[in-house]
Amino acid sequence: MTDAASPTPDASFHSSEQAVARLGKRRAAEWRLKLYGMIAIGVAALALVALLWNIAARTMNAATEHYIAVEAQIEPGEDDFLRVVKKSARAAFPYVSGRSGKRELYGLFSDGAADDMRRAQEAGTLETGDAVPMRFLMSDTADLYLRGEFGVLETGATTGPLAITPEGKDYRLESGSDAFAQALGQAKTGLVREAATLRRQAARQGAGITTLEERLPGLTGPEREDTLAQIARFGAERDRLEGQASALDALITGDRQVRLALTDRMASFLVAVNGGILKLTEVSAGTALARPLVPMDGENAAPEGAWSLRILDRPEIGRPVKDRQVAILETLQSDGRIEEVANWKFFSLSDSTQPEIAGIKGALIGSLWTMLVTFCLAFPIGVMAAIYLEEFAPRNRFTDFIEVNINNLAAVPSIVFGLLGLAVFLNFFGVPRSSPLAGGLVLALMTLPTVIIAARAAIRAVPPSIRWAAMGIGASRTQTVFHHVLPLAMPGILTGTIIGMAQALGETAPLLMIGMVAFITAVPEGITDSATVLPVQVFNWANASERAFDMRTAAAIAVLLAFLVVMNAVAIILRKRFERRW
Amino acid sequence: MQMTDDDPIKFRCQGVNVWYGDTHAIKDNDIDIHDKSVTAFIGPSGCGKSTFLRCLNRMNDTIDICRVTGTLLLDGDDIYSRDIDPVQLRARVGMVFQKPNPFPKSIYDNVAYGPRIHGLARNRADLDAIVEDSLGAAGLWDEVKDRLAAPGTGLSGGQQQRLCIARAIATKPEVLLMDEPCSALDPIATETVEELIEGLGRRYCVVIVTHSMQQANRISQRTAFFHLGNLVEYDTTDAIFSTPQDERTVGYVSGRFG
Amino acid sequence: MLTWAALAILLLTVAGFLLARNRAVALAGDTPSLLHSRPVYHGGYVALWTAIAGFGLLLLGLIVTNILIGMALYGGLPAGLSEIERDLIVSDGVALSRGTLASRTDEARQAVAALYGRLTTLQIGGLALASVGVAVFTLMRGLGRVAIPFRARTRFERVVQTLLMISAGIAVLTTIGIVASLLGQTLVFFSEIPVLNFLFGTHWSPLSGVHEGAMDPQKVGAIPLFAGTLLITVIAMVVAVPVGLFSAIYLSDFASARARSIIKPMLEILAGIPTVVYGFFAAITVAPFLRDTGAAMGLSVSSESALAAGVVMGIMIIPFISSLSDDVINAVPQSLRDGSYGLGATKAETIRNVILPAALPGIMSAVLLGVSRAIGETMIVVMAAGQGANLTANPLEAVTTVTVQIVALITGDTEASTAAGPAFALGFTLFCITLIFNIWALRLVRKYREVYD
Repeated sequence: MTDAASPTPDASFHSSEQAVARLGKRRAAEWRLKLYGMIAIGVAALALVALLWNIAARTMNAATEHYIAVEAQIEPGEDDFLRVVKKSARAAFPYVSGRSGKRELYGLFSDGAADDMRRAQEAGTLETGDAVPMRFLMSDTADLYLRGEFGVLETGATTGPLAITPEGKDYRLESGSDAFAQALGQAKTGLVREAATLRRQAARQGAGITTLEERLPGLTGPEREDTLAQIARFGAERDRLEGQASALDALITGDRQVRLALTDRMASFLVAVNGGILKLTEVSAGTALARPLVPMDGENAAPEGAWSLRILDRPEIGRPVKDRQVAILETLQSDGRIEEVANWKFFSLSDSTQPEIAGIKGALIGSLWTMLVTFCLAFPIGVMAAIYLEEFAPRNRFTDFIEVNINNLAAVPSIVFGLLGLAVFLNFFGVPRSSPLAGGLVLALMTLPTVIIAARAAIRAVPPSIRWAAMGIGASRTQTVFHHVLPLAMPGILTGTIIGMAQALGETAPLLMIGMVAFITAVPEGITDSATVLPVQVFNWANASERAFDMRTAAAIAVLLAFLVVMNAVAIILRKRFERRW
Repeated sequence: MQMTDDDPIKFRCQGVNVWYGDTHAIKDNDIDIHDKSVTAFIGPSGCGKSTFLRCLNRMNDTIDICRVTGTLLLDGDDIYSRDIDPVQLRARVGMVFQKPNPFPKSIYDNVAYGPRIHGLARNRADLDAIVEDSLGAAGLWDEVKDRLAAPGTGLSGGQQQRLCIARAIATKPEVLLMDEPCSALDPIATETVEELIEGLGRRYCVVIVTHSMQQANRISQRTAFFHLGNLVEYDTTDAIFSTPQDERTVGYVSGRFG
Repeated sequence: MLTWAALAILLLTVAGFLLARNRAVALAGDTPSLLHSRPVYHGGYVALWTAIAGFGLLLLGLIVTNILIGMALYGGLPAGLSEIERDLIVSDGVALSRGTLASRTDEARQAVAALYGRLTTLQIGGLALASVGVAVFTLMRGLGRVAIPFRARTRFERVVQTLLMISAGIAVLTTIGIVASLLGQTLVFFSEIPVLNFLFGTHWSPLSGVHEGAMDPQKVGAIPLFAGTLLITVIAMVVAVPVGLFSAIYLSDFASARARSIIKPMLEILAGIPTVVYGFFAAITVAPFLRDTGAAMGLSVSSESALAAGVVMGIMIIPFISSLSDDVINAVPQSLRDGSYGLGATKAETIRNVILPAALPGIMSAVLLGVSRAIGETMIVVMAAGQGANLTANPLEAVTTVTVQIVALITGDTEASTAAGPAFALGFTLFCITLIFNIWALRLVRKYREVYD
C-alpha cells in the first residue's frame, strides 16, 4: 500500500460553481428523459382512449333502432308479409304517388318488418284486421338519417308572411321581404363550385387540343383528317362546357330577381307550412316555385313565424336518403310516430345482408362451440404436457427440443396455424369446413403453448417440500403429482388457461384459412355445423359496404371486448384469491 | 460519552430518526463523525447500522417508504435541506457496497464512470491519470494495468471490491461509506481490502459498517455500537473494546450475543 | 352413429371402472391390505385401457378409412382427366352425396356420389361396430386380470406417464405438422415455378390468366410483398420501439407505485385487444384521418396507406415491447443501480450508462419478437392495407403484404388447389422468417438470463 501518486480529495470541487452549473444541466437531462417517458405513456393512453371511444360512440348508435307506427291490414293466414308492409305504407301515405315515389316510400321500411310479423304469426300472437296498430322496423338508410349521418336539417332565416298560389301541381311561394335570399345565396355557392368544376373540365379539353395540334404537322392523309375531326370535337365540348360555366356565372352575378332552378347537385330547401312540406325547385330572392312532398292542409297564406325554411346542405345526389323520404320522416317525427327502441334483436338474430336485421347470435353460439372444443383439447393436453415436462421428463436433448418447440410455437404467426389447419385437418383428415370443430382444433394448437407455459410456471411454484412430504409418507411419484402438486398449482394453471382462451376468442386470421369467413345465417347446433365466430363476424361486417354495418361492427366488437373483460377479470380474481406466497 | 477531538468533525448528526413505513428503524440518535479517520459501526443484524450509513448519502431516498427526520450536517450544511441535491451529495459522499457491484463494462470504464458524469477530466489524458491514480490508490493498478479493457465482472471477488473502491475514489469524494465491504470476500481478499481501508482512513473520512469486531478493532479509530435502532455507545475503538460502559456493549463485544 | 359409438365406449369405460373395482373389493374380502393395489387402481387400469382401445380405434380408423375412401374415389374415375378436373369431380361427387351444393351434376359425378355414399355407410357402420367390440374385448380381458397380486397401480401409472409424454410430444407434432404441410405444397409449387422467380421477381399477380392454363412464372415475383411487409413493419417499429421503450423506462425507474398500478393495466388492455379490432380502428378511423390530414396539407394519402396500417400495428406492438423491456429493465440488479447512484449519478445517467447497456440483449430480443409479430400480423393489414402489389417505399401509398396475399388467395374465388401453391409458398416463407427472428430473440434472452440469474 503506497500513498504516492494517489488523488487527494478535492473537497471544493463538487460544491464549486462549475459543478453546480453542470448539475443543473444533468438534472435537465434527467427531466427530459422523464418527459419522454411521460409522452410515451401519453401516446399509448391516447391510442387506447381513441380506440375505445371510437368503438363506444358507434356502439351507442347500434344500441337502439327506429320503428314507424302504422296501421296494417292483416288477413288471417296471410303469407306475404312484404305485401302487407307495402300496402300499409301506401295506406298511411296516400299522397305518395308514382313509381319512384312509392319506391322511396317502401325504402323507409325494412324487410325486418315482414319478418317480425311472420315470427308473430308463427308464435300465434299476430292480430288480424283492417287496421291493426303495428310497429314497422325502419330501413338502415332511414335509421342513419335520423341519427344525422347524412347531415342535419337546418332551419334557415325567414321573415314576413308567405303567400301561396297554386301553379299547376306546384305552388308559387311569395314573400314580401327577401325570405329566400339565404336559400339563393347558398344555392349560388353551390353554383360557384359547379362553375369551377366545369371550367376545369373545359381546360382539360383545351389541353387535349394543344397536344393534338402539336402532333398535326407530322400527319398526312386520313390520320390528319381524324385528328382534325377530334380537335373539332374537343373544341365543341370545350365551348359547351365554357358556355355552361358562363351561364352559371350569369346566374351567380345576375340581379336578385333572377330565378334560379335548383338541381339535385345543390343543397335541398324544404318549406314547412300548413302541416305540409314543399321542396323548392326554383328560387329568387322574394319568390320561389315549390313542389309538395307532403300535402298541406290548405293554401292559406302563412303569417310570419307560421312557416319555416329547412335546409339540408348535402346535395340529394350525394346521399342515399332522398328529399321525399326526408319530408316523410320529418312529418312522422313531428307526429310522434317514430319510436326508438332498445336493439335487443341484435342478440337474437344472426347474420344478414341487411344491416338493420343483422345480429350476432350465430357468431356468439359459434364462438361458444369453438371455445368448447379448444378448451376440451388445450386444457387437458396442456396440463399433461406441463406435468410431464416439470415432473417426469429427464433432462436430455429431446426434452430441450420440446422446450424450444413450445417457445417457438408461441411466436409462430397465427395465420400459419390456419394454413396447418387447412392442410391437415380439412384436406387430410376431412374435418368439415367452417365448423367449430376445425376452428377449435386450430385454436387449441395455438393456445397450447400458452397453457403449457402457464401450467409449468404454476407447477414450478409449488415448493419441493410439498413433494418431499408426500413421497416421505410413501406416495408414488404419480400420486404425489396428482394428489398434491396439481391441486396446489390449479389456480395458476386455470389463470393461464383463461388468458390463453381469451386470446383464442379474439383470434381471426387462422379461422379465415379454414373457411369460417363464409356468410352463414343459421345458428350452429353442433361442432360440425357450418359456423362463424365473433371476431370473424366483426371482420365480415367491417368489410360490408353498407354504412349501417359500421355501428353494428362496433357493437359486435363491444360484445367481444365484454367477453374478454369478463374472462380476464375471472383470471385476475382467481389469481388474487388463490395466490399463495410460499 | 467521552471523545477524542484530535480530528475535525465531518458529519454532525442530531436527533436522527428513520422509519420504513411503520417500522421505526433508527431511534433519535446523535453522533459526530470525524474527518481523516475510520469510524466503524458495529452491532447485531438488524440493529440499524446499515440504515444509518445509508442516511449519510441519502441512498435511502431511493426507497419509497423510507422517511428520515433529524439534522445531519456535512461540514455544517444540512444534507436533507431543500438546497442540497442528493446527486451532488453522493458525489461528495462516496459509497462501497456489501456485494461487489462492478458495472458490466470494462475495468477502465468502471473507474472512469464517476469522473465522466461529473466532468472531472478535461481530456483523455486527465481521465487516464485519474483512472491510474484511483486504481493505484485501491492497490489494483499493478494487477490490472495490462487488461484495462477487460470486463470488470471478470475479476475475482476481492479485486472486484477494490475496483468498486477505486471507482468511488475516482469521483473525488470527501467521505467514503462502506457497507460491510468484506463480508462477501474470502479471508485473503479481506486482508488486502482491510489494509486498503486503513490507508484510506488517513486521507478521507471513512465510515464502515462491519459484522466483524476484529475488523473494527483492526482498522478503525472510533467505533459506534448500535442495538435495536439505538446508538448505544460511541467512543474510540480502544475504549469500546477494552472498557465498554454499557452492559449491552459488554455483552456484544465479549461475544455473549449478536 | 359414431356419436353413439363414442357414447357406448364412454359407458363401457365407466362400467369397466366400477366392475374392476368391485371385483377387487370382493377378492380382498375383509382384509383389503391383501391387495397389492387399492381397488381404485384396478378400476382405473381397466377403464383407461378400455377408453384407449375404443377411442383409439375409432380415431385411427376414421383417419385410415378416410384416406382409403379418397383413394377409392380417385381410382374409380375415368382415365384421361387432368388433375384439376379429377379434384373437381370428386369434390362435387362428395357434395352431391352430402346433399350440399355441387358445381355440376353429370354421370361421373353421380357415380362418385353413389360410391361415396356406399363407402361412408360401410365406414361408419364398420368403425362403430369394431371400436365398440374392441372396447368390450379389452374390458373383459382387463377384468380377467384383476387378482390379489396384480400390480395395477404400477401399470396404471405407467400408462398415465406414457399419456403425459405423448401430450408433451404434441408440441413437436404441431411443429412437424406445420413444416410438413407447408413444405409439401411449397415443393409442389416450386416444381412448377422456379424459386428464384418467386424470391426475386418484382411482378405479383399469380392468378391473372391462370384460367387459361398454367401459372405464369413471370407473375409470381414476391418482392413487392416482401417490400410492403418490410415497409409496414418499419413504420410499426418506428412507433412501437420508442414509445414502448420510453414507457418501460418511465415505468421501471420514474413512476410511483400508484402510477404503475394505473399504467400497467392500461398497457395490458392494449395488449389484450384482438387484432381484428385494431384492423377496424385502422380502416374506419385512422386511415380516413390520415387521408384528410394529408389532403389538408396538400399531400395525397391513399385511403389504404401503409402509414395507417403501420401506425396501428405499432400501437398494437407497444405493450409487447414495453412489458418485455420493463421485465428486463427490472431484472437488472438493484446493486448496479445503487452503485451508480452511490457515485452521484442521476437517474438518467444511470439508465443510459448502466441499465440500458446491461438490459440491451433483453431489449433487443423484445424488439425482435415485436418485428416477428409485425411480419406475421394479419388482420390489421388485411383490413387496412391494400391488395395490389405495389413496389414503393412511399408510406402514403397502398402496399400489400405477405399475409394479405395469403388471405386473398385462400379466401378468394379461385379453385383451392390452384391458389394453394402460392399461398403455402408465402406461408412457408413467413414461417421461416419469423422462425429466424424468434430463435434469434430466444437466444438473446437466454444469454441475458445467464448473466443475471
